[in-house]
Amino acid sequence: MAEAALSSVAKPAAQSEIREKVLRRFELGDQAFHVLTKSSAIAVLILLGGVILSLVQGSLPALSKFGFGFLTSDAWNPVTENFGAAPAVYGTLVTSIIALAIAVPIGFGIAIFLTELCPYKLRRPIGIAVELLAGIPSIIYGIWGMFIFAPFLQATVQPALIGAFADVPLLNQLFAGPPYGIGILTASIILAIMILPLISSISRDVFDTVPPVLKEAAYGVGCTRWEVMRSIVAPYTGIGLVGGVMLALGRALGETMAVTFVIGNAHKIHASILGPGTTISATIANEFTEATGDIYTSSLIALGLLLFVITFVVLAISRLLLMRIEGKGAR
Amino acid sequence: MSSLQAVRKTRSAIAMGLCYASTGVGLLALALILGALLWNGFSGLSPDVFTKMTPPPGTSGGGLLNPIMGSLIMTFLGVMIGAPLGLFAGTYMAEYGRNSKLAMVVRFINDVLLSAPSIVIGLFVYEIAVVPLGHFSALAGAISLALLVVPVVVRTTEDMLNLVPGTLREAASALGLPRSLVIRHVAYKAARAGLITGLLLAIARISGETAPLLFTSLNNQFWSTNLNAPMASLPVVIFQFALSPYKEWQALAWVGALTITVAVLALSITARVLGAQRTSS
Repeated sequence: MAEAALSSVAKPAAQSEIREKVLRRFELGDQAFHVLTKSSAIAVLILLGGVILSLVQGSLPALSKFGFGFLTSDAWNPVTENFGAAPAVYGTLVTSIIALAIAVPIGFGIAIFLTELCPYKLRRPIGIAVELLAGIPSIIYGIWGMFIFAPFLQATVQPALIGAFADVPLLNQLFAGPPYGIGILTASIILAIMILPLISSISRDVFDTVPPVLKEAAYGVGCTRWEVMRSIVAPYTGIGLVGGVMLALGRALGETMAVTFVIGNAHKIHASILGPGTTISATIANEFTEATGDIYTSSLIALGLLLFVITFVVLAISRLLLMRIEGKGAR
Repeated sequence: MSSLQAVRKTRSAIAMGLCYASTGVGLLALALILGALLWNGFSGLSPDVFTKMTPPPGTSGGGLLNPIMGSLIMTFLGVMIGAPLGLFAGTYMAEYGRNSKLAMVVRFINDVLLSAPSIVIGLFVYEIAVVPLGHFSALAGAISLALLVVPVVVRTTEDMLNLVPGTLREAASALGLPRSLVIRHVAYKAARAGLITGLLLAIARISGETAPLLFTSLNNQFWSTNLNAPMASLPVVIFQFALSPYKEWQALAWVGALTITVAVLALSITARVLGAQRTSS
């Protein structure tokens, strides 16, 4: 009897001891998991810092040797170890801008088609098909561009362009020279195809943030489709559209493999967009493993730093703009 | 009045016609690229491709076994290194940090990393893993791929965990489950399809990457499973073979291109289907 009473008293004591142990284990596990996830998040930050630091460190020899002249010089001579970034920067900017000029109207067109015109059943399949373009690895664009697209341009489009503008001042400078097939224009067109799905899918998402009532009201007072797009949807989504375009620009600036195949890799600034050129990323991809000497390697890393800074600024702006439209959609 | 209406109608019809045309251009581009891949790659497809090593220049025969293996090894390693880091960072942002300053900054930086040029990541890994060791290695290649996996996984993890209803977590907490177990046993389970989608997207992204491998894992003519030595990978071999003057190598490059595209598109379509199930249910 006494024993039974004792055990019934002892039991809760033992239980509470067990419970305390479990609770302590829970608490420790909780803390460990919290620390683990938080440090992972911080690791992502450190990653970016590490990228910047290592690029700065790697490019110091070149930057201290050439100074600001590195940005403006168009020299690229491995033998005399004299390097300048101007042709690569020029090629990067020009190809990206031409690519945007081609891809932006087409991308908006696709987005309008998908949100306004397409029968509901076809929306998903066509949307997915266009986005598959973004899934194709960039080296595939490169090999396709070099073996299929560039010869096609060389045989048909480029002679036609040269012929058509031969007597037009200014334009005959822009479309001059023998049709190489490869060159600035070819690279731009391929870049345009690559960023097309990005532009169309972002602008479609952005178009979807427009409250249907706004559009219905405009249709109700007799606006045509085009007028609704231009006067209602475009102003409402303006910031988001610009953000999407900037994001695409960021992609185009950093794209490597597709451009490397078709740009021609000439460290020259041509007036003609049919001529061969180079971009920052193409230069690095082509020459890095062959670079001999510290200054050569360091110059290529300095190019990488330059590319990173340019794309970082562009992407940062685009993200800030897109964040604003996301907030709008949530409200 | 009616003439003005006619002008407006015509203008709209032209604009909408251009939208149809744009979509046509997009679909045509896809068809042309896939068509060219099938046309040039399919004829070279044979069992040899998957059983034989890359041939020396100028000889016929041979396959892509060593680069395919190399790609599989480095992709696997890259995912093993990058995915957990991304998963935990994404978990922090969705479950603990949500509106904290740290989470906001990480979210922003991560979004930038998501679209950062991969060749810059390659340069970074070259500086931290190739220069100190003094030689190119498969491990360096895997690290550079891991760095590309992280932002994709962080983004999808955060998005998918945000989709899990808060009531689920509250119910589990009410039963006395500690927070970490709520996350691991309830939130992760509810978001599983989405998390897998993110993983597949990340694999699809890195399996076609060339630029960061060019100066981390480099290339290897021969069979190698040594992580501390250069290793062949499919994209780098395609790059080298396509730019070579040898017809046999170029043909193999097309076969490799077809292989990689089919694999990557299959992955991203699977991811999309899984993702669609997740958001519609």
